[in-house]
Amino acid sequence: MSTARAAAILLGKELRLEFRTRELLNATVVFAIVVVVLFSFAFNPTPDESRHYGPGLLWIAFLFSGSLMLHPSFAREQSNDTLDALRMAPVSAFAILLGKMLANFIFLALAEVVLVPVFAVLYNVSLAGIVGRLVLVLALGSIGIIVTGTVFSAISAHARMRELLLPLLMLPILAPLLIAAVEATSALFARQPYLDQTWVAFLAGFDVVFLTASWLLCDFLMEE
Amino acid sequence: MKYRIAGSAFAAALIIFAGYLALYVAPVDIRQGQIYRIFYFHISAWVSTFIAFGIVFLSNIAYLATRGQRWDSLGASAAEVGVACCSIGLITGPLWGKPVWGIWWTWDARLTTTFIMWLLYISYLMLRGLMEDPRRRASLSAVFGIFAFLDVPLVYMSNRLFPTQHPGPVFFGGPDSGVDPRMVHVLLVCMLAILLVMIPVLVDRYRIEVMQGEVEELRQEIELRSLDSQSRPAKEVL
Repeated sequence: MSTARAAAILLGKELRLEFRTRELLNATVVFAIVVVVLFSFAFNPTPDESRHYGPGLLWIAFLFSGSLMLHPSFAREQSNDTLDALRMAPVSAFAILLGKMLANFIFLALAEVVLVPVFAVLYNVSLAGIVGRLVLVLALGSIGIIVTGTVFSAISAHARMRELLLPLLMLPILAPLLIAAVEATSALFARQPYLDQTWVAFLAGFDVVFLTASWLLCDFLMEE
Repeated sequence: MKYRIAGSAFAAALIIFAGYLALYVAPVDIRQGQIYRIFYFHISAWVSTFIAFGIVFLSNIAYLATRGQRWDSLGASAAEVGVACCSIGLITGPLWGKPVWGIWWTWDARLTTTFIMWLLYISYLMLRGLMEDPRRRASLSAVFGIFAFLDVPLVYMSNRLFPTQHPGPVFFGGPDSGVDPRMVHVLLVCMLAILLVMIPVLVDRYRIEVMQGEVEELRQEIELRSLDSQSRPAKEVL
């Protein structure tokens, strides 16, 4: 079976599993909204300030939600040793990883679809005219979060205190992504919005570097 | 044993000598005065840090390529030494920055990069501490180590676009760069002294790590045998 087909089947399995209960998605969305609301209590920003701090707040919320959301991705497989069954299937390790990455990307994207409008209303940021470019920046940033996060979820699933370990592994590595994503989003939230190509290129580069690294190293993640 | 005592004594003497050179022999800096003398140990600590983290990266790759348990031990030992040297650099930096720049810390490219690097390798050590199975710990921490190393240039690039506070390269940096030759000599002695401390610590740490691996293997073997002697079926043991 080709990697793409195997990944598509595994993606279907992940989505079916999640949409039976929607536990993960609901918890992630609520958590992200709580972060956004708490931030406004902590700093009480004026409209000008929220244009300034908003992008950072938005990406911190995505990063934290991602680090919570990605933990079950592999940990869920452990309760019934289903990862062993996946490994025995005649598919490549990268197909398993890719299926999980695609599913996680969809979950994070859905959370963002809910969170961004809520953020825009609460912080008086106008999204008119920048939606297309904002989607590009959000997608590139989310791919980076998901690629590294899914790999680290596979790593931390084998450790003690794994719920706590995953953010510790993930968040420092994502520091450059956070900087680039916040800068690119700030350029879009400015009074004269524009797409900052340097930072968009940086985000794309980040995604390519870590996607390649996970493709090269995925066999070591899945071995028994 | 006697070689190691002699070696330690030599390293200690060299450190004291290097301190003497840095404090009394090296000339005074034109612009910064006496305060710049911390630079001899600041730079030396960074050189050791980068050597140590380079060793971690290479042994991570070597482990995944060869599966030699010793590469894993080397990676873990070098990460610990690297974090120690990195901490020295991160402590001496603000001590120097406060009088010269007027601030302890700033989020410029090099400072941020090293700070994130320090966090990444602490995560690497924590990850290792939280895993039981030695083979799995070795391969998974090697994957994390490679990801962490790939991240360091990205952190640097992402900070590069901001205005910078840390001075540019002094050595080989261009026509206006360069220092008094006496300063170079003192710096070389200081680097050598720090390396002579770092390398024996690394070697000893590596030996302890290898011994711990052997103890772990023996312990597992004893457990297997004691279970065998209780005449349990071998299947359950495995």
